[in-house]
Amino acid sequence: MTASFRIEIRVVPRRGILDPQGKAVADALHSLGFPEVGDVRVGRHVVVETRAADAAEAGRRAAEMCEKLLANPVTEDFEIEQVVPV
Amino acid sequence: MKFGIVTFPGSNCDYDAYHAVVDQLGETAAYLWHKDRDLQGADVVILPGGFSYGDYLRCGAIARFSPIMDAVAAHAARGAPVLAICNGFQIACEAGLLPGALLRNASLKYVCEQRHLRVETTDSRFTAGYEKGQVVRIPIAHGEGRYHADDATLDRLEAEDRVVFRYVGADGGSDDRSNPNGSLRDVAGILNEGRNVLGMMPHPERAVEPLVGSGDGLALFESIVARVAA
Repeated sequence: MTASFRIEIRVVPRRGILDPQGKAVADALHSLGFPEVGDVRVGRHVVVETRAADAAEAGRRAAEMCEKLLANPVTEDFEIEQVVPV
Repeated sequence: MKFGIVTFPGSNCDYDAYHAVVDQLGETAAYLWHKDRDLQGADVVILPGGFSYGDYLRCGAIARFSPIMDAVAAHAARGAPVLAICNGFQIACEAGLLPGALLRNASLKYVCEQRHLRVETTDSRFTAGYEKGQVVRIPIAHGEGRYHADDATLDRLEAEDRVVFRYVGADGGSDDRSNPNGSLRDVAGILNEGRNVLGMMPHPERAVEPLVGSGDGLALFESIVARVAA
């Protein structure tokens, strides 16, 4: 028996790697009156709908998806934010 | 000699590569569809430039799982030559044929222009026809060409003489404008450990006759032909 899950995954450029997109956003925020803003990094939010025996297996499979395709291990970190039954 | 030029959905430099090796050098070439599984007897594989799979997710991230890539990886593992240009370089990095990754240009801008490269090593089947230290003009055309690898990898590439091309100014030196994309250590092209896979962001296939602005890329293809024929 399998159940359906919605998995939310966050992929961001690894800290210490130049993220010019994040820097451009930080510069824009500064000029818009948010001088308190420090580092900004722009990443991706991936929502995967899938089937698995349980939430733990869904999470494990999602981590494999990240390692194989969704994140680049050279430059990005990923985090599985939530695994939600649907 | 036979070249195999892989066409992914979104490749757009496959015809330029064909023109370079067939029309300019008189060799034979076949287009290899990304869903094919065999290389049709190609001696040399070219992974051409373009926007495979729309550059979705990351450049090259999806193309690397195309069926043809298993054969390309086996070809490379045998020590046979693979020339990976621009999007092909991105695909080769994603596939683990070359170390590192290509990230968004530091300027965030797509850059399409002639650039100067310094030939850093002639100890390769791709650059034997150049002089070490020679400055050549080869165009670039990319938005994600900033070479990144960790320091240990960069040190190793340098120690093993695997940095093939660096971005330089017209005089062969480096200044604050000579690096078009923010690549670490000005890296424009690298070799794998076996020296049979070359990845480079600049387009030698677009520089094979003076009519289009430069003929400096021709020697790269001539080097491959001379080496494989020898």
